[in-house]
Amino acid sequence: MTASGYLIIAILALLFVVIFQIAKASEYVSVLKGEKKTFEQNNRINAFLMVVFLVVGLAAAWWCNDLLYKKTLLGLPSASEHGEKIDTMLWITLIITGIVFFITQILLFWFAYRYQASEKRTAYYYPHNNFLEVIWTAVPALALTVLVGFGLYYWFKITGEAPKGAMEVEITGHQFGWEYRYPGKDSVLGRVNYKLIDAAKSNPLGQDWTDVANQDDLHPSEMHLVVKRPVRLVIRAQDVIHDVGLPHFRLKMDAVPGIPTTMWFTPQFTTAEMREKTGNPNFVYEISCDQMCGKGHYSMKGTIIVETQAEYDKWIAGQKPQYVTANPNGAAAAGSASTQPATENTNKADANQKQEGKPVAQALKK
Amino acid sequence: MSNEATVHVEQGAVHEVLEHHDEHHHHETFITKYVFSQDHKMIAKQFLITGTIWAIIGGLMSVLFRIQLGYPDATFPFLEDIFGHWAKGGKIQPEFYYALVTMHGTILVFFVLTAGLSGTFANLLIPLQVGARDMASPMLNMLSYWFFFLASIVMFSSLFVETGPAAGGWTVYPPLSALGDASQGSKIGMDLWLVSMALFVVSSLLGGLNYISTILNMRTKGMTMTRLPLTIWAIFFTAILGVLSFPVLFSGFILLLFDRHLGTSFYLSEIVINGKILPNEGGSAILYQHLFWFLGHPEVYIIILPTMGLVSEVMSVNARKPIFGYMAMVGSLFAIAVLAFLVWAHHMFVTGLNPFLGSIFVLLTLLIAVPSAIKVFNWLTTLWRGNIRFTPAMLFAIGFVSMFISGGLTGIFLGNSTLDLHLHDTYFVIAHFHIVMGISAFLGMFAGVYHWFPKMYGRYLNSTLGYIHFWVTLVCAYVIFWPMHYEGFAGMPRRYYDYSSWESFKNFVELNKVISFAAMLSFGAQLMFVFNFFYSIFHGRKVTTKNPWHSATLEWTTPINPGHGNWPGEIPEVHRWAYDYGKDGKDYIDQTTPVGKDESGH
Repeated sequence: MTASGYLIIAILALLFVVIFQIAKASEYVSVLKGEKKTFEQNNRINAFLMVVFLVVGLAAAWWCNDLLYKKTLLGLPSASEHGEKIDTMLWITLIITGIVFFITQILLFWFAYRYQASEKRTAYYYPHNNFLEVIWTAVPALALTVLVGFGLYYWFKITGEAPKGAMEVEITGHQFGWEYRYPGKDSVLGRVNYKLIDAAKSNPLGQDWTDVANQDDLHPSEMHLVVKRPVRLVIRAQDVIHDVGLPHFRLKMDAVPGIPTTMWFTPQFTTAEMREKTGNPNFVYEISCDQMCGKGHYSMKGTIIVETQAEYDKWIAGQKPQYVTANPNGAAAAGSASTQPATENTNKADANQKQEGKPVAQALKK
Repeated sequence: MSNEATVHVEQGAVHEVLEHHDEHHHHETFITKYVFSQDHKMIAKQFLITGTIWAIIGGLMSVLFRIQLGYPDATFPFLEDIFGHWAKGGKIQPEFYYALVTMHGTILVFFVLTAGLSGTFANLLIPLQVGARDMASPMLNMLSYWFFFLASIVMFSSLFVETGPAAGGWTVYPPLSALGDASQGSKIGMDLWLVSMALFVVSSLLGGLNYISTILNMRTKGMTMTRLPLTIWAIFFTAILGVLSFPVLFSGFILLLFDRHLGTSFYLSEIVINGKILPNEGGSAILYQHLFWFLGHPEVYIIILPTMGLVSEVMSVNARKPIFGYMAMVGSLFAIAVLAFLVWAHHMFVTGLNPFLGSIFVLLTLLIAVPSAIKVFNWLTTLWRGNIRFTPAMLFAIGFVSMFISGGLTGIFLGNSTLDLHLHDTYFVIAHFHIVMGISAFLGMFAGVYHWFPKMYGRYLNSTLGYIHFWVTLVCAYVIFWPMHYEGFAGMPRRYYDYSSWESFKNFVELNKVISFAAMLSFGAQLMFVFNFFYSIFHGRKVTTKNPWHSATLEWTTPINPGHGNWPGEIPEVHRWAYDYGKDGKDYIDQTTPVGKDESGH
């Protein structure tokens, strides 16, 4: 350790001793002065500090808000339609809880100050009042009914079925990164089987090449979405639980090994538009892993590019199906693959495939 | 057994004890008095001191990972001197960081705020406040502590194994916690964690069953249930929660051990790890979460209910007023205890849970806000028109209410599945639960320690240090956790080692420095409390009267330093509730005072 390190420790220890000695001395002083007098003095100081804490605390809260508000997402429009509902819900909750917060905190510290011990008063014997109890059972219950009502209304809208014609993208988490799969021209994601996963054979997702639907599936390195077009994500994990966190779209869904989940939303703004809105030329929609998944958890980042239909069409046209990468011999390999007899594995993959089309609730019944 | 019979038998037992004591005085050795003691008061002190040591370790861990979060680019060579390759180059390594956050959570939730809190105050207060010589089974009570001690030894040893302690978060979700290949911390450290927690559950059950039977069977004559102080009611519900939910956690842990070592697939399905294809199919990782949170959620009430009891008692005594709405307070404790079992899935809204099922849990979760609100308003009304003495204990009780309001209200955000989609696993969650069950519970526990320290050791804690301790803690707690709500609104995920590569989250660097500084300052204030605590045990100002706080409850009718058996003569009979403060112009009326003829009812 360096000399300055020792110095800091010495100073801290000294400070510690000084505070302790002062505290100890104050105890002796109180004995000399008389306990009653000391008590009254301490009581006045602490009562005063209660009000100071309230006032300074409220000012600090305002200052903190001033400083940090612009760094949150609250000031930005939500990047998804669902997110707008969530933001509305957030504001409703903020207002209701905010009112309660200020009233109760002010009463708490004010009462503490106002009713500090005094010889002139005696405490008011007031053991119960059923009317008051009913009031503060009923009013919170009413407020919560409002919150539950709005909350569930939005919740069912958000978790409902994706609209017909939504594009489908598969996202798969593993330690520590994301893989994306697009269904290709046939709009159907081919069967996958975790036992076929083999990076050496260019099959990181375990695609079953005997399924023709797999042959045009794309496996790009980032996710591209079309602005204003609903997208349904099929979410998988290969090793441990991950979570697709989309802060700008205000959404989150776990990726659970063995149990595919889904989530849908509609992007509102292209990445370029968001760069303007945030005033940040480096803005990018990031996918964060929001479920602790190991030592690289904090680095498990994905990228979503939201663009116009024309830009998207151009991008997707440039993507090569994974099948072509994995089977450089092309059609010949495909032919031989499709003639293989159905094995146990493909049966399981079949089961997987069926499950994929179902809503999450049914998938879970497995 | 009727109360009278209990009292009678207890007296008989004590006579024997006393005689025994007289005849073989030299037989009470250091070992039987301080180590394998069966005196509930000594066991309480053992729990408190073990919990304190754990709190220092757990708190120090938070200081270490706050160093990383506050100063992600700096290096501190002294860290390498102490921790070796875990802090290579003076920089906390990711594996170390995750081990720290995991152990910080485990230690504080279970070892400090469950064992340290319930263990201390249930043991100390139940016999003293219900009027019993000791617990229903002093032997089981002693075993409860020693199982906790064993659990502590195993958990502590896991800090020193080569691959490190558990590192998958305090919830240890599989498959991460089930597969040694997935994480260093899921190797031997995880086994030790599970063994330690299993021992912990045994300790908790032995304690809990004892608390329940003592409260139900060993109350002194006249101590009806509705005359019990709220501390006892709170501990009673806490013990019931623990007894009903810890076994479920235990089963979850056993299945996890099976998955780890016996090749079962309870939680594992379709996994490829490090290129290795595992044979397990058909398990559900979500099953573990159900089992875990079936305890995990009641667990937060196991932590907060006892402190609600302590705070109610301390507040009433120091406001010199009865607690407002005693029956409503008991009722709301009961409501919280029941609802605690019906809300666990609100931790799982984003696991792919059926949205309809989720909606039921939204409703039940937000229902808890009602009894919580009742309690807050009752505390406020207790202060209203009181005559408040700001003892250190009272300050902490008021701080508790402030924190409980702040943290409770943010629960309304997270319990609403719609908002949870955005806020789940962000810093908003960290802020919420640290305020509502971390800080609040600590403040409540401190209130208890300052208030009952004279009963435990016959001496006072230094008040000036107590005042400094309170104000520094309260201010630091708000400085640390209030701004975290904003980080949560920015979607900043929790359990990240470093945010600097994230365009979305990297603009909180300055704030993280401030938070880290406040965390260290707060830790310093806690160390000062610990110093005050140990110093005052031996050198604190002596208590000279039996009832220094002018409290109406039974524990203050015992001698200043009560021996084993608590009351030298007969156990006093109780004639009234515990809260006759300021009644009929009297400052307070002891529970043992018979009701006078002209006395007004309540």
